[in-house]
Amino acid sequence: MTLTTVIQNIIKIMSRYWDVFLIKGVSITLALSAITVAFGAVFGSLLALMKMSRFKVLRGLVTAFVEFIRGTPMLLQLYVGYFIVPLLFPALGLGTFASIAVALVINSSAYVSEIIRSGIQAVDAGQGEAARSLGLSKAQTMGKVILPQAVKNILPALGNEFVTIIKETSLASTFFVGDLMTAYLTVKGVTYLAFESLIIVGVIYFVLTFCLSKLIGVYERRLKQSD
Amino acid sequence: MTDTVLIETKALTKSFGSVNVLKGVDVQVHQGEALAIIGPSGGGKSTFLRCLNLLEQPDGGEVIFEGQKINQKGVDVDAYRQKMGMVFQHFNVFPHMTVQENITMAPVLLKKKTKAEAEKQAVSLLSRVGLLDKKDEYPRKLSGGQKQRLAIVRALAMEPDVMLFDEPTSALDPEMVGEVLSVIRSLVKQGMTTVIVTHEMGFAREVSDRILFMADGTIVEQGAPGALLDHPKEKRTVEFLSKVL
Ligand SMILES: Nc1ncnc2c1ncn2[C@@H]1O[C@H](COP(=O)(O)OP(=O)(O)O)[C@@H](O)[C@H]1O
Ligand SMILES: [Mg+2]
Repeated sequence: MTLTTVIQNIIKIMSRYWDVFLIKGVSITLALSAITVAFGAVFGSLLALMKMSRFKVLRGLVTAFVEFIRGTPMLLQLYVGYFIVPLLFPALGLGTFASIAVALVINSSAYVSEIIRSGIQAVDAGQGEAARSLGLSKAQTMGKVILPQAVKNILPALGNEFVTIIKETSLASTFFVGDLMTAYLTVKGVTYLAFESLIIVGVIYFVLTFCLSKLIGVYERRLKQSD
Repeated sequence: MTDTVLIETKALTKSFGSVNVLKGVDVQVHQGEALAIIGPSGGGKSTFLRCLNLLEQPDGGEVIFEGQKINQKGVDVDAYRQKMGMVFQHFNVFPHMTVQENITMAPVLLKKKTKAEAEKQAVSLLSRVGLLDKKDEYPRKLSGGQKQRLAIVRALAMEPDVMLFDEPTSALDPEMVGEVLSVIRSLVKQGMTTVIVTHEMGFAREVSDRILFMADGTIVEQGAPGALLDHPKEKRTVEFLSKVL
């Protein structure tokens, strides 16, 4: 196997299967990641609120949940989602893609809740005290003073979470959901060119995450400037 | 100063863990009075001040504000805090709001004023402290002294009955202390009830009606500025003053 044959094979594969990688694979990977981050942000916010509430039991439950998600492999969580989600909600008739998406969202919401909580706690305590001293309620203080400042800590971290998720969704290929890694498995299956297919997917993953990271970097610098 | 008691604490206690920071503090602040609190660092001055508007929840004793015991269940603390302005050592201006928004946010949100009224008031407050030209700037463009003047008028915008100052000039470069003190001085002159924790002995002597010397969580000694600063009776007061004067 020389470099020339590898390059020739890559060109051959791309001219025949480019759409499997670039259209189907990329779009499903991005869709799955976007769904995960979006819903993860919503549920993560709720979890963060629960974690900061004054109800001890609620805080304990969230802590236990977050620890469980952090302490078990993602692939295991995906299997749990794959088997359990359709059993729990048979009426919804959720397919593999949806079940896996649910598992990814649950996983991500645990991480996002920590991002949001630490983003909020990074805001100087004096800010909240100043707001309370003016007579603002706890909720008003959160909405008008803490959150607008916490967003600057949270958004870049959420962007990084998006990058992480893009890579982690590759595990979903175990269930053939059609993402980039599934595209690899498919093309490898028909062409028997495992190495070349792997290079193609690797480059695509890299371009996706690299561009996204750069974008986040630019955005982060803009936020810093406005400080 | 009048005879009406605006704020009173009775046997106020507060601990952090095993540290007893306030060991039964009894203080009365009269309407229109300017009360200065001095004392060594760690003596509980900030904690005492923060107990007055319940930023710190006392463990025991009473905080009575305008005749109402406010450190008990069922009291709308937020409503009372609206009447107690507070100025912090580190300014705590809101960095994500313009200078004007810093001032108008609370009165508008808490429905004390319409937006137009609040903005009109902000303009007059800002010109009073010489910051009108900064109205639409963000606080990052302000010097420390300007930030503190903004923090003061932000509190004044709620038209409080008392102003609490916690070392308002301690975080300032020396050349900016004067501009902040002169704002506080003019407030006192206008009859605002003020409680000010300060290390500026000259200022305490000049503007206050009474000085409390606080150390180790108790009021060691109190009196008129001249009496307390020039003829202290307690050993601890003498020791402290000999270090700072
Ligand atoms: N939030 C807190 N948690 C624990 N200890 C505290 C807290 N706030 C103050 N203390 C302690 O209480 C004591 C008195 O502090 P403080 O009221 O700030 O004194 P002062 O303002 O006179 O310097 C100090 O020993 C300080 O370390
Ligand atoms: Mg202090």
